[in-house]
Amino acid sequence: MTELAAQQFTVTRADLVRYAGASGDFNPIHWSERVATSVGLPGVIAHGMLTLALAARAVEEWAGGADRIVEFGAKFTKPVVVPDDDRGVVVEVTGSVSAEDDDRRTIAVKVTCEGVGVLGAMKAVVRA
Amino acid sequence: MPIDATLVGRKFPPTAPYEVTQVKVREFAEAIGATPADGVVPPTFPIVVAFAAMNDFLAEVEADLFRIVHGEQRFAYERPVRIGDVLSATLVVDSLRQIGGNDILGTTSLITAADGSVVCRTKSTLIHRAEA
Repeated sequence: MTELAAQQFTVTRADLVRYAGASGDFNPIHWSERVATSVGLPGVIAHGMLTLALAARAVEEWAGGADRIVEFGAKFTKPVVVPDDDRGVVVEVTGSVSAEDDDRRTIAVKVTCEGVGVLGAMKAVVRA
Repeated sequence: MPIDATLVGRKFPPTAPYEVTQVKVREFAEAIGATPADGVVPPTFPIVVAFAAMNDFLAEVEADLFRIVHGEQRFAYERPVRIGDVLSATLVVDSLRQIGGNDILGTTSLITAADGSVVCRTKSTLIHRAEA
């Protein structure tokens, strides 16, 4: 299997606010500690779609462009808890080519936050 | 309040047409930390339209957004989204399971262009958390 270059992304509370505005997802679990903890979450969590978008940036880089992505997606297995500080958290994306033929490559993607897997069963199919 | 199981198989009306503009794509790209390149639309951008379909659905079932946690999202593209596309999402409820008082909803949204052609299909699993 070909390993792809790991990529890291920092996520802060400000990023969550910006993503909420840009995506239209104003679910308060992504900006209110009070609401997040009231539904049993450990704290304010990143939008799963923000984490997936960061993983997609890594896939785009590996694939040589967003328009080469045919399929991709993941399960949101563990929340990315984003502290109320200026440092934020780091999300790391690693990948390896798990299958390849003449026109398609399948990339198995792993996404971790502070060493813990946060996306599951993530794969991307890209045009070779 | 558990979600009504008779919703499985139901197809919701298409969302209001959504025009993909350069300004919106740039805003979205910047929000995910990407360098906005001319004409390139991030692959997760269709979530903006799919999310509108989900909001219509949540309003219909009277579920609170803050009780929803995203479980899974997958995209399969017929073609990349382009600036100038006028997109609409049609949501179908595929499945509903109850686990530990939580509702696990499976949906598929078909994202179509103004001429009715399919741009992408996106599958979503949503977890509606039980009231404590």
